[in-house]
Amino acid sequence: MIAMMALSAPSTLVHLSGVDLAIIAIYFLLVLAIGFYLKKFAKTGEDFFLAGREMTAWVAGLAFVSANLGSLELLGWAGNAYQYGIMAAHWYWIGAIPAMVFLGLVMMPFYYISKTHSVPGYLKLRYGTEASALSAVTFAFMTILMSGVNMYAMAVVMEVVLGWNLHFSIIVSSLTVGVYVAAGGLFSAIFNEVLQFFLIWFGALLIPILGLVETGGWSGMVARIHQNFPGQNFTHMWGPMSSASNNPMGVHWIAIVFGLGAVQSMGYWTTDFLVVQRVLSAKDVRSAKLAPIIGSFFKMAVPLIVILPGLLGRAVLPFHLVPGNVAQPGQFKYDDVLPLMLARYCGPGLMGLGITALVAGFMAGMAGNVSAFATVWTYDLYRPYLRKDAPDAHYVSMGRWCTMIGLFVSIGTAYLVQYNKSMMDYVQALFGFFIAPLFGTVVLGMLWKRVSRMGGFWGLLAGVVTSVTAFLLMKFDPSWVKVFAFSPLAQPLAQAMWQALWACVTCVVVTVLVTLLTKPKPDEELRGLVYALTQVPREENTSWLHRPVIWGVTALAILVVLQIIFW
Amino acid sequence: MSEKHIIPVWFFVGLLLLTYGVLILGSGLVDWSHPPEGVELSNLHAPVWWGALLIVLGVIYCAKYYPRGEM
Repeated sequence: MIAMMALSAPSTLVHLSGVDLAIIAIYFLLVLAIGFYLKKFAKTGEDFFLAGREMTAWVAGLAFVSANLGSLELLGWAGNAYQYGIMAAHWYWIGAIPAMVFLGLVMMPFYYISKTHSVPGYLKLRYGTEASALSAVTFAFMTILMSGVNMYAMAVVMEVVLGWNLHFSIIVSSLTVGVYVAAGGLFSAIFNEVLQFFLIWFGALLIPILGLVETGGWSGMVARIHQNFPGQNFTHMWGPMSSASNNPMGVHWIAIVFGLGAVQSMGYWTTDFLVVQRVLSAKDVRSAKLAPIIGSFFKMAVPLIVILPGLLGRAVLPFHLVPGNVAQPGQFKYDDVLPLMLARYCGPGLMGLGITALVAGFMAGMAGNVSAFATVWTYDLYRPYLRKDAPDAHYVSMGRWCTMIGLFVSIGTAYLVQYNKSMMDYVQALFGFFIAPLFGTVVLGMLWKRVSRMGGFWGLLAGVVTSVTAFLLMKFDPSWVKVFAFSPLAQPLAQAMWQALWACVTCVVVTVLVTLLTKPKPDEELRGLVYALTQVPREENTSWLHRPVIWGVTALAILVVLQIIFW
Repeated sequence: MSEKHIIPVWFFVGLLLLTYGVLILGSGLVDWSHPPEGVELSNLHAPVWWGALLIVLGVIYCAKYYPRGEM
């Protein structure tokens, strides 16, 4: 194994020493050992699919934020920071923090009290089988495709950065993930996400520290960026967004606030089961409310290890990076900025730690996908539609089998993507089609008891159709960009925000209209599922230090201060 | 199944930090007089103090969450 890993081509971005390879090998051995150790604790369905619902707020919170801290995220957003400047931090701040606090304070009690195993499971209880089946089928399908896309992307990054063989990366990483998730279920996935969290922080934190030492602090870095790229604004977040033509992203502040902050991020952080599943593993309602809020503080700090290295790249790299689609041999792409900065400051040992953090991020991402897939398949598709009354052990066994089957399908998807690269863009876009309207459906269902069974289903479907239509029109006929995004300059990231906003608005409008024309569900069927008919445990007797609302407000206050500082 | 019987994840975190700290500190000490070529600010000997930090944190986590009689 080590010999194969060491087969680095001379053109790779970084080269590994013996101690680096030892660090990587130790990580693989430890995660496998943890998986086998946890197998004995994952005996019931509750254990395997929801980690026994016994995780503390801290463990669930770190796993929650870590499930989103994959390596594609790190590499991609460091590249976006190089390309667009500090504006990329919007996806970590306004594009995450309000949604995480909203999940903790408003939505989590309903997910938790209803004792659902998944988001489609909640839809089944709240609306019925139509909306639930639509959500479960699309989620299971998309999750497995996304896992394959991630797998392929990881293999390409490892090939470019380290010179590792593509097939070797795919097979070793997927088998390792398959073994430890099939053994310990969500226990394994969560344990490894917590390990990954520490690895990513300790593997990447030296880059901004040493980068700021080299540039003489923040002001020195800004001065160098202005010197290297005169007349361009990379260090302000809101100032350049008064008009779409004033910033390289082609985005207006309205799209950031309403498209990203109010819809896209709400949809992702509150209804994507991949992340919500981590919080459902919490041991009680208070922990479930606190977990996403704990996660929000760490999420707020992530720009330090992702956005700042991208900005430092603008300041210190002696050459300019270029977009991936125009890169010539010998040129580096935007997405290469993080490995380049790692290679700039990290020698033997530290390099191994940084690369292990990337590998861990990829593997945790795959584990998250397959564990969420196994849960939705088993509880939301197999049990209600194929085999209703099997013993619990049968469903655990099904979970283990479909973890492995899911990984094999992912491997197949990875090879399909290899031969049809444009499929990668489509799969990533497809995933976004369902998230924004799903948020409209779930949040309306939680807050308004009048919403009817058919209102939920038709609203969700209309939102998805709107999302797909907007995407296809903007992709194949750029004249539609001006119609949907109000500016012909809108780049794909800005287009996605407007697409999400239109999808959610359509979902809400159709849901309300259909609801007013159809019969509501009786109150008895909605107890524990909607705001007006649920007794959420109050926290008068809890010390203020342990109250989720105090920490939620604190997180929002820090968010406002950060916006003012980097305005 | 009860959580108290499972070794806390924090112990595994400590184990990993401690092991990596020892390897990185050792590597930094070996390279002390011959810093690797092409690495900026190698005069600051980052692997030495970063490795030491990992060791300290690893020891703290291992000691605090050592599974006494829970295995």
